[in-house]
Amino acid sequence: MSAAWPRELLRRPGGVLGVVVLAVLIVSAVVATFWTPQDPFATDPFHRWQGPSGAHLLGTDGVGRDVFSYVFAASRTALLVAVLSSLVAGVVGVVLAAVGALGPRWLREPVAVLIDVLIAFPVLLIAIMLSAVLGPSLTEVVVAVGIGFGVNIARVARGEIRRVARSGYVLAARAAGLGPGRVLTDHLLPNIAPVLIVQLSLSAGVAVLSEAGLSFLGYGAPPSTPSWGRLLGDLQNYVTIYPLTAVWPGLAITVSVLACNLFGDALREATDPRLRTGRRERRRVR
Amino acid sequence: MTLVVRDLVIRFGGRTVVDGVDFTVPDGARFGVIGGSGSGKSLTVLAILGLLPEGASATGSIALDGVELLGMRERELARIRGRRIGTVLQDPQTALDPLRTIGRQLAEPARLHGAVSRRGARAEAVRLASLVRLPEPERIVDRYPHQLSGGQRQRVAIGMALALSPAVLLVDEPTTALDVTTQAEVLSLFDRLVAETGASLVFVTHDLAVLARISTEVLVLSAGRAVESGPVDRLLAAPQHPVTAGLVAAARATSFTASGPEDPA
Repeated sequence: MSAAWPRELLRRPGGVLGVVVLAVLIVSAVVATFWTPQDPFATDPFHRWQGPSGAHLLGTDGVGRDVFSYVFAASRTALLVAVLSSLVAGVVGVVLAAVGALGPRWLREPVAVLIDVLIAFPVLLIAIMLSAVLGPSLTEVVVAVGIGFGVNIARVARGEIRRVARSGYVLAARAAGLGPGRVLTDHLLPNIAPVLIVQLSLSAGVAVLSEAGLSFLGYGAPPSTPSWGRLLGDLQNYVTIYPLTAVWPGLAITVSVLACNLFGDALREATDPRLRTGRRERRRVR
Repeated sequence: MTLVVRDLVIRFGGRTVVDGVDFTVPDGARFGVIGGSGSGKSLTVLAILGLLPEGASATGSIALDGVELLGMRERELARIRGRRIGTVLQDPQTALDPLRTIGRQLAEPARLHGAVSRRGARAEAVRLASLVRLPEPERIVDRYPHQLSGGQRQRVAIGMALALSPAVLLVDEPTTALDVTTQAEVLSLFDRLVAETGASLVFVTHDLAVLARISTEVLVLSAGRAVESGPVDRLLAAPQHPVTAGLVAAARATSFTASGPEDPA
């Protein structure tokens, strides 16, 4: 991976869009930690179901809460869950994959079976099970997505590690005296990174979607935590009467998930020198 | 540096694929190992490095200057690989990590064995690039493998193998994937480098015409057994074993490609 990748990333339309949306998400999450235009939980029985106006940019909901402030504040929840879930999923995935591909022989088959068994459990089911035991919380969402998507990553990464481990350059590196640990960090992980990046950005998208879905059903964010999914759940009974209000949290979810996927795709292309198509690179070929 | 292989037996997946092979590579020798597909020559190379694939096991003895390599602990073997035994493997298309610059890969063995500092790595890479006659060494070290031709990549692999001036240079079909012209260039490079560094050369190939150029002593393998050995001239002139005779005939049949004026080495 060379230092040229940020420029390569911004050369792609998907990358630009992904970066912009994720930047907006990050900035709003940080700002929302300290400040929101209005108190996102303040109800106002005299101003229910208002349309967009100067006072309420996106209007108000059925209890008179300011929708913009609520959506704004909930971006923090979404980002937190996305980042933490991807982190957990990445660690779970890489560790399982490395053990399943390179570990002692007696351990590999059981790990592969474990991965296959866990894949059979949908993320949402794991989350609802955890929620039943521990009560609804964001931790439960993070753990559920981390494990649920982690095994997906593990399955893909295991195959990739096995493929790269058989390659000529790994053998050449071993023949040059590189130990198995260094081969993993120097050659295997960088070479499966494109796949990992896509999987991690997908998992961030899945995390946002799962958090929204679980909160919608009441298994995710507790009432004290603002959440796009929870807001959608609150609004669903009135969606035929006040459709516009439900658009905003829905739009926030859609755009965030899309941005995660676009960003991942563009990053994968930008970090892989073989996929670069820049003019400068092309000229330098022989 | 003397490499002595005694009664090497390699079993792979329940079959005996190398069956009692003996040979000695004296200090500074140019030793050739020849055999067709499945003759066990590549596994022999991997056994010397202690890098047999999973499911394969070797018995017998492989000694480098009296030190037994078979059964040596992995950590000690790792110190010998790269430092005392340089290796060039078959396929230059896959022998380089596609994500690392040529310079990083060239300097990797030297960095690994502590021969150069992080700062000295680039200079070392440039030195090795010019050693193996890569064009524009200062610029090529910043390129990626996909930007190089097959012959250039094989030069990079050779540079990596020679980075620490190993006593033994172990090469497995280094020219098979190259076109004839490039093959001739890479062979003259080996010729020159072996002469300059004084390393012993163990050259594994299926092509007797190549061995006739590069090596003096030859061992012929067939189906895991050593069927004949001796000076390459004698084998060419008077092959004793039918397998050798077949290889000689094959080399002669294709030799019109090499029978033109000798390229300026």
